[in-house]
Amino acid sequence: MSTTYLAEYRDIERLQIALARVKQTPHQALDAFTPYPVEGLDDELGFRPSHIRTAMLLGGLAVAAVAFGLQWYSATIDYPINSGGRPLNSWQVFLLVPFEVGVFAAALSGVIAFLWSCGLPRLHHPLFDVPGFERATQDHYFLLAAAGNDGASDLRQVLQDAGAVVVTELRAP
Amino acid sequence: MSQVLEPDPAAPSRWIAARRASDVQVTQAITAPLLTSPGRVWWLSLLVSGIISLWFLVAVVWLFDQGIGIWGVNSTIVWGVAIANYVWWIGIGNAGTLISAMLLLTRQKWRGSINRFAEAMTLFAVAIAGLMPIMHLGRPIYAYWLAPYPNTMALWPQWRSALVWDFWAIVSYLLFSILFWYVSLIPDLATMRDRTRSYAGQRFYGALALGWRGSARHWSRLQTLHSTMAALGVPLVCSVHSIVGLDFAASLMPGWQEAIFPPYFVVGAMYSGFAMVVVLALVIRWGFGLQAIITRRHFEVIGRVLLMSSIVMGYSYATEWFMAWYGGEHRERGLVAFEFTGTYAPMYWALLACNVAIPQLLWLPRLRRSLPVLLAIAIAINVGMWLERILIVWNTLSHGYMPSLWRSFHFTFWDWSFLIAPLGLFALLFLVFVRLVPAVSMFDMRELAHEEGVA
Repeated sequence: MSTTYLAEYRDIERLQIALARVKQTPHQALDAFTPYPVEGLDDELGFRPSHIRTAMLLGGLAVAAVAFGLQWYSATIDYPINSGGRPLNSWQVFLLVPFEVGVFAAALSGVIAFLWSCGLPRLHHPLFDVPGFERATQDHYFLLAAAGNDGASDLRQVLQDAGAVVVTELRAP
Repeated sequence: MSQVLEPDPAAPSRWIAARRASDVQVTQAITAPLLTSPGRVWWLSLLVSGIISLWFLVAVVWLFDQGIGIWGVNSTIVWGVAIANYVWWIGIGNAGTLISAMLLLTRQKWRGSINRFAEAMTLFAVAIAGLMPIMHLGRPIYAYWLAPYPNTMALWPQWRSALVWDFWAIVSYLLFSILFWYVSLIPDLATMRDRTRSYAGQRFYGALALGWRGSARHWSRLQTLHSTMAALGVPLVCSVHSIVGLDFAASLMPGWQEAIFPPYFVVGAMYSGFAMVVVLALVIRWGFGLQAIITRRHFEVIGRVLLMSSIVMGYSYATEWFMAWYGGEHRERGLVAFEFTGTYAPMYWALLACNVAIPQLLWLPRLRRSLPVLLAIAIAINVGMWLERILIVWNTLSHGYMPSLWRSFHFTFWDWSFLIAPLGLFALLFLVFVRLVPAVSMFDMRELAHEEGVA
């Protein structure tokens, strides 16, 4: 089991320096925690793009299709009404409702996919036990890194040298 | 109130009026009003708006007991204040999401200061708007018949009806807006969770923040989700208010058969919504001392948007007149003459003054940069837009194809109640919102401060 460290930095520049240095070592940078979305940080950490948009597209289209099918079924088969001589399947008008609910369904699928892919909601997480971690949502920047083989003290040094305020070793509970 | 971010007109940044806005300062400036005692003005406003909301409640109960005959509607003018209110409120409700989504898609940095409360404005306005058509039903207890569900009557909704479109548009839009607002709120709720000292507050914000940690992976996914929702939100907003426009345009009455109604309603929505944003932004800026975050420059930019919209509105009105003349239909021409000279002519002239003439003052940079002038113009626009909504209803219904049916609408006490009291409910909801949720997006402001190099 490799050792994991959480390093706290005062600004994003120091965190990025630390991240660049860790990537040159055999150690592995796992994640970063910042109070605002830092452009390009996910690429530097090597995260793959998510499938949220695919989920949104599928969810939206599926619900829109169901909505159209419901209108078509009720207006042509279950409850046909001749309304001013209009065709029973007034499909042009029947597109309005599928569009509205489809957009909402796409948004809802997106939110669900987002929560699913992030592992949220998770009200408690071991990181919350690290003293000072509450500043990750305010003004401090945290880097989570795992040491490669037998290099725990080396990783601590790398994180420290980049200007960490404090480096905390995380232990499995 | 002591200010963490000292406003400084000579600040280097374009959108933050302070020499320095570090992460701590931004966080403190925005959360301070939520973590301290609200002060006398807030309580007083809450009391007043609470009383007005109660008045609204009484009016609704009386309406449900007596029926819509308590209004000035009659067998000719079957629509009245409730329908005008519906269009007006949903117009304001459209703007918050539209502004936020469009500015996000066009990468306008300054959206960070206004998007949060503009979206909150949307939620409250759409919620109020959604009540209006229900209250206007003759038998509101059957409002749920709009929803398709298996029932013993073996009935289905009439999908070709504009009322059914409205139902789906409002419900979808309200739910979508709640999601759009909440998604961008999660990181700030986490900040509140980590800053609140009280146990109850930590539980409250902690539960709502869903365990947000600010992980780079989460941020990247949140941004993917948020920008995609924005891209979906813009056409949704346009469709929602177009459907409201179709309530009129899908009919056969003179003055309502106009192809321009859907886009013209959308622009009108954005127009009144931006005007409402000016009013709310000034109140929040003053009440919370956020002069450094909601800067004079923001108001100037909004002033330009208002000016542009007023020109488009003027163009839309002119198109209505032109089409009536060019179409050659007798009643259509008569309707335009009635608008300018008939029963409601003073209101029509006031509408043109408020929506088209007065906003032209914004051409002058000195007036555009003056906050009192901008506030006065914004209020005039909101009044003008309400007049527009009510006159679209009244003029056509008062002056239809059958002269023997021509009648006028006369305001009753209950019409006034339904016009004024919802504003109290809106104010009440907004006052509660600014005390519970950061009124400005903190992470957007931190990002902006870093981009502008003042962090």
